[in-house]
Amino acid sequence: MPAGPRLTLSGISKSFPGVRALHEVSLSLYPGQATALIGENGAGKSTLVKIMTGIYQPDAGTISIDGQAITLPSAHAAFGHGITAIHQETVLFDDLSVAENIFLGHAPRTRFKTIDWRTMRKNAKEVLETMGAGHIDADTRLKDLGIANKHLVAVARAMSIDARIVIMDEPTAALSMKEIEELFLLIEFLKSEGKAILFISHKFDEIYRIADRYTVFRDGEMVGEGLIKDAGQSQIVRMMVGRNVDHIFPQRKATIGAPVLTVSGLSHPTEFDDIGFELHRGEILGFYGLVGAGRSEVMQAISGITRTSKGTIALEGKNITPKSAADSIDAGIVYVPEERGKQGVVIGLPIFQNVSLPSLKRTSKSGILRLAEEFALARAFTERLDLRASSLSQDVGTLSGGNQQKIVIAKWLATAPKVIILDEPTKGIDIGSKAAVHGFMAELVAQGLSVIMVSSELPEILGMSDRVVVMREGRIASVYDNKGLDAETLVRTAAGIAA
Amino acid sequence: MKNLLRYREIWLLAAIAVLIGLISMRFPGFADPANLRQVFNDTSILMILALGQMVVILTRSIDLSMASNLCFTGMVVAMLNAAYPAIPIPLLIVVALLVGLVLGAINGFLVWRLNIPSIVVTLGTLTIYRGATFVISGGAWVNADQMSPAFIGLQRAAFLGIPVLSWIALLVIALFFLLMTRTALGRSIYAIGVNPTASVYAGIDVGRTKFIVFCISGMIGGLAGYLWISRYVIASVEVANGYELNIIAACVIGGISIAGGIGSVGGAVLGALFLGIISNALPVINISPFWQMAISGSAIILAVVLNARGERRQGRIILKKAEAA
Repeated sequence: MPAGPRLTLSGISKSFPGVRALHEVSLSLYPGQATALIGENGAGKSTLVKIMTGIYQPDAGTISIDGQAITLPSAHAAFGHGITAIHQETVLFDDLSVAENIFLGHAPRTRFKTIDWRTMRKNAKEVLETMGAGHIDADTRLKDLGIANKHLVAVARAMSIDARIVIMDEPTAALSMKEIEELFLLIEFLKSEGKAILFISHKFDEIYRIADRYTVFRDGEMVGEGLIKDAGQSQIVRMMVGRNVDHIFPQRKATIGAPVLTVSGLSHPTEFDDIGFELHRGEILGFYGLVGAGRSEVMQAISGITRTSKGTIALEGKNITPKSAADSIDAGIVYVPEERGKQGVVIGLPIFQNVSLPSLKRTSKSGILRLAEEFALARAFTERLDLRASSLSQDVGTLSGGNQQKIVIAKWLATAPKVIILDEPTKGIDIGSKAAVHGFMAELVAQGLSVIMVSSELPEILGMSDRVVVMREGRIASVYDNKGLDAETLVRTAAGIAA
Repeated sequence: MKNLLRYREIWLLAAIAVLIGLISMRFPGFADPANLRQVFNDTSILMILALGQMVVILTRSIDLSMASNLCFTGMVVAMLNAAYPAIPIPLLIVVALLVGLVLGAINGFLVWRLNIPSIVVTLGTLTIYRGATFVISGGAWVNADQMSPAFIGLQRAAFLGIPVLSWIALLVIALFFLLMTRTALGRSIYAIGVNPTASVYAGIDVGRTKFIVFCISGMIGGLAGYLWISRYVIASVEVANGYELNIIAACVIGGISIAGGIGSVGGAVLGALFLGIISNALPVINISPFWQMAISGSAIILAVVLNARGERRQGRIILKKAEAA
């Protein structure tokens, strides 16, 4: 069936203040075929999905369905064109019945314009049966179903609106092996119904199992596409990671000292298991892995924000059991969280108050603040990070993302830590600020601090780390010395692909 | 943000000036310094209560039980005074503070340790504390003639020409000003109101801080209990019934955001003064109580609209940042 593409996006660009998310990308989806969208975190996949579902408007480019140009000014418009998305966390209504969820917004009506419940139930049953999901009772409340069945309901909804394009954004993330198999059967069914499917996944075995075509994104650009059967895994991995060096990482001579932080057997009931590693003085230890590999969760446990079920954390030979962030800050371990806006800066408070927030114990005496000391602390650390702001009393909300990130790092450095954990330290900031943050990290370790850097950006991991820990599914998959280490090895290890 | 706050306070100050101006057109003596001092004194208790409520609201919580706490503590000190007139008044004030503290700590404990939303906890204790007042008093009143002259007289005594009640209000305002601007606790209160998640990461114990603010509002409720009873010289189960809404209204008019994190001591004081002028002065110039209600109600809505506009401007920045991330 050599039909033309059902949906074509071409020359799509989208920028946010300071960040270019997509640059002239194109993508084609064919009826009866599944196309896998592949790319690292931050490659622009989610932005594209948001454009396809009418949530974001592209700055440039065209979208067409069956050769006819269309615009998607709203989610409603995308729905009207038969584009529907099934997300990781299904967006449905827990307290409504399966039938109501399927027909919400387009329920069959009676002559009096009231909802025709009988027809709705009957139609729901029919849709579910055609999909081979007859085991789901149309009257069940959605919250009584498991994730896999919720996905089935979402697909049934897509069927009921006669969706022609189905986007699946990491649909397998929360599913068991058996449920994944069922989902794949369903995708086969959708293909046989002539739907065009966009399948986003990090897992290569799934992509090879279900997709017919692939499109690879890297740094907001489309770098390759074709038929899956013509492409080898290593070829795709190379497309994902190969890139131009966009900035030079600081040259530094690491002088690695004695172990500072020793973690062993650290486990959590659900998030990670048997984590053990050593961090040395003056070392940058990179943590690489796919989203959901459990890296941030490990770091939050080490810094007292979440609890562990077993295992030990030793700082300079002394066992510590941090029960709160305050405990680990006192011990000398600080965690610079990933979500800058939510977990990092306190927008609404001025710069100097943000910087001093974790150091209030030191800038106050028996609870009374010493404003002069607080200001001096804030000035010292913002100057060290080369922060540009007109005044330290300025609200942090008025600063750019890069400058906010500098404040977030300054505020934790001001506590005089021994170990600093940076979670995605350059996520979503511009190139200039990235270089500043990297330069500063080099300075820190030169002064004898030890750094753990959680990052999903391969150049950053390769450019900054002395050693790299790769995590996969809550465990440490491997630890590499960063000498002659290449990106493909890291991606393979993280995704569990044999060399 | 500070500029914005000042901006709001200046507007509120201007509104109060206009109100005073309007009233003095009908009642020329109103703007006299002596009369304004009297208005301040009449509003003192509301101001003190609004400050106690403010620290709670700043942490994204609310204390609905303040007026019931006031009623209970007031009954305790009134009964003590009636039974043992020899107890010195400063000691009775300490008792009032401690009783209030215990009631506040109960609220704080339930919010902190059992993680129950404060609106639910204090809605419950609002009823419980008033019920407890009935239990300890058996429903009986403590009347003026059962109270000692010192009990009634303290707040009326003048010092440097100003009644002690006003001095107490000034002292409380000064203490809260220091608390909010010069202490680590005050800083933590603002931080957890603006961004509780980031505060956790910064090592601030959000639960404990909430416990402390409920202890503060409890102590304020207790102090106001003594002041109220000795001012209106009657202690009964009905004292300050429904007054929690006036306290919250004063905070809202004063620009304290119900969503937490935004508000100042100056705002709370001015908000209370605004309400105080409306309820104390309008009857004097023969404006019907229904108009009073309409004016206070409109002031609340107007304040919220003005505040919402200020906050939306900020919200846009956050939204832009969130999209960029």
